[in-house]
Amino acid sequence: MTALLQVRDLRMHFPLGGIGALLSQLRGEPERVVRAVDSVSFDVRQGETLALVGESGCGKSTVARCLLRLLNPSGGSMRFGDIEIAKLDAKAVQHLRRDIQMVFQDPTASLNPRLRVSSMVEEPLMLHTDLGPAERKQRALEVLEEVGLGADLAERYPHELSGGQRQRANIARAVATNPRFVVLDEPTSALDVSLRSRAILLLEALREKHGMSYLFISHDLATVKYLASRVAVMYLGVIVETGATHEIFAKPLHPYTRALMAAVPVPDPDAKRDSFVLSGEIPSPIERHTGCRLRGRCPLAKPICAEPVPLREVAPGRQVACHMI
Amino acid sequence: MTNLLDVADLTVHFQSDAGAIEAVDHINFSIRRGEVVGLVGESGSGKSVTSFAILRLIRRPGEIKSGSVRFDGVDLATLSEEQMRRIRGAKIAMISQSPRTALNPVIPVGKQISRLFRLHEGLSARVAEKRMLDMLDLVRIPDPRRRAGQYAHQLSGGMCQRIMIAMALATSPRLLIADEPTTGLDVSIAARILDLLRELGAKTGAAIMLITHDLGVVAEICDRVVVMHAGQVVEAAPVRSIFHAPAHPYTRALVGSIPRVDRDVAMTPIPGSVPSLLNPPPGCRYVSRCDHATDQCRVARPPLESRGQDHDVACYYDIGRQTGGVAA
Repeated sequence: MTALLQVRDLRMHFPLGGIGALLSQLRGEPERVVRAVDSVSFDVRQGETLALVGESGCGKSTVARCLLRLLNPSGGSMRFGDIEIAKLDAKAVQHLRRDIQMVFQDPTASLNPRLRVSSMVEEPLMLHTDLGPAERKQRALEVLEEVGLGADLAERYPHELSGGQRQRANIARAVATNPRFVVLDEPTSALDVSLRSRAILLLEALREKHGMSYLFISHDLATVKYLASRVAVMYLGVIVETGATHEIFAKPLHPYTRALMAAVPVPDPDAKRDSFVLSGEIPSPIERHTGCRLRGRCPLAKPICAEPVPLREVAPGRQVACHMI
Repeated sequence: MTNLLDVADLTVHFQSDAGAIEAVDHINFSIRRGEVVGLVGESGSGKSVTSFAILRLIRRPGEIKSGSVRFDGVDLATLSEEQMRRIRGAKIAMISQSPRTALNPVIPVGKQISRLFRLHEGLSARVAEKRMLDMLDLVRIPDPRRRAGQYAHQLSGGMCQRIMIAMALATSPRLLIADEPTTGLDVSIAARILDLLRELGAKTGAAIMLITHDLGVVAEICDRVVVMHAGQVVEAAPVRSIFHAPAHPYTRALVGSIPRVDRDVAMTPIPGSVPSLLNPPPGCRYVSRCDHATDQCRVARPPLESRGQDHDVACYYDIGRQTGGVAA
C-alpha cells in the first residue's frame, strides 16, 4: 500500500542572524545555520497515526510546520497523495489546508478571543468549502456536537470555556472540513490529568470514524502508546528509530529511545526501571554533525560512531540508526 | 517525636460576588520529618491553595476560615508577620512550576542565591559566594562559576529549576514545598530533577510536600500520598496502598484514568468534572461523579477515618465494604 504522506530527506535550516553572522559573512566564512531538521524521511499511511517523539529542540514541531507550509523547507520532498507540498505556491497551499489541518499545543492561544466558538469552526468552512451560511452553521454545530460541545457551549467565547473545552473547540475546527490528515502538536500536554484521557479517547474515536491519518507530535510517551500505531523517534534534527508502537515500547533499540523510555515516570511504586541514562545535555543544533549525533552522550559509543549512521532496517518495519545495534 | 507539619481542620474561602468559594474545606493531614508526601488531585482540588495557606500567603479575597497549621510544634497562626517571614524561605521553602518566572530576570542567578546566605545567615559576601558555588555544585550545575554570572533567560528550563532547588535548599529548610516541579520539562530532564529532589531530601533531612497531578511522579518519589478532591482530603495512605489498594472511589478513578506506559490496560476517564465550589451542597463532594453514591452521601460529609495502618479514607461506601455492610 502506498503511503498517504511520503516525506523524504526533509531539511529545515534557519540561518543565524545578528552581528556574529554578519562578521563571519564578511570574513568569508560559510554561513552558520541552525539545523532544526536535517534529512528526515518517513511515511504516514491512510488511516494510521504516526507519533513523532522527542525532546524540546529535536525538530519535531518544525517538521509539522513544514508539512503545513507554515515554514518553507530548505530541501527535500513531502508528497501528499500526488501533490508535492514543498513546491506548492501560496494559493495551492491554501487549497491543501482543506485536507491537512493542525491542532496546536496551547488551546487558549490558538483560539481567537473575539469569535464565538461556532464562528471559529465556520472559518475553515468559509475558506475551503462552497457551503452557504446556513449550511456552514449547521456543519459547525454538528462537528462541535461530535467533540462533545453542545449548542449552548457553541455560542460562547473562548474565555468562557475550560481548558479541556477549548482543546475540543480546536479539534472541532481542525476536523470541520473533513481533512484526510491532521497534525496534532502536543494536543494533550496542556491538559489536566482527567482531561487528558478524555482527549485521547476523543481523538481516537474521530480518527476511526472518519478514517483520518494523524501525525501526533509529543514527548508524552504514555499518550503516544495509546494513540499511535507507529513511532518515529527524533533526536537533534534526525530520526534515530522507527517501528510499530508495541515493538518500540517492548524493546527500544536505539540508545536514545532506551534512555527516553527509562526516564518516563511509571505510576507503579514497585516498577522495575531500566537504569539506562545518557550523560550531559543535548548539543547545539548549530554545529555540523558527522556520525552519530548522540555519541558524545552515549554510554555505548565506540570510535566507529564518528562514521555516518543512516537509518537501516533491522527487522521488518523497524529501522534504527545506530552502529552498535 | 512530633510531626513536622500538622494541618488540622483547615478551611480557606475566597469571597466572590456570588458568595464564598470553598476552596479548601476542613482538611487534615500530617507530614513527618524527612518524609516525601504527594498532594495529588485534579486542577481545582485545592492543592496549591493548601500550600499557600501553610505559608500564610492567602490574600484577600481569600481567607483562612478555620483550622490550624502546626509546624515543628508551633501554631503558625500565632506568629507575628515578622516571625512568619523568618519561617518562609528559611524553614519552609517553596519551588514553583515555572522556575523561569520565579527567578529575578535582572539579577544574575548566583547572586540570588548568595543573597540568601547573607540575609538568613549574615555571612560575608565572600563566604556567601563560596557557599553559593557549593550549592550550584550540589544541584549539579555544570561549570558553576560561569553559570552563576548568568541571568535566568540564558539558562534552560531544567537549569532554572535546578537553580530554584538550590535557592530553596540554601537555607536548610525542614520542609520543601514543590508545586509541580517537573511540569513543562522534558522527560529526561524531569527524571533528573526528581532524582535530585529525592537525593537532596534524603541528604539534608528535609521533608518534601510534592504537589502534582502526575501519578507517575508520585510513584517515583513519594513515601505517602494525600489525595484531594474539590477542596477535601478523600484519602491519605502510603504510596503502595494508593496504587495497589486504593480505597476511595475517586482515588481508584484517578489511578484508572491515566495512560500507562508500563502495562496494556484500558484507560477510563473520570466521569463528570470537579463540582463548583461556590456554595457546594453538604455531603461528599464526589457524589455527582460516583457510581456508589447513596442518599447518605448526599446528606452528610463522610469523615476521614482510619482503615488500619496509616491509611485514612473519607467514604461511606468504603466503610460498608470494610465491614461487609454494603453489597458491592
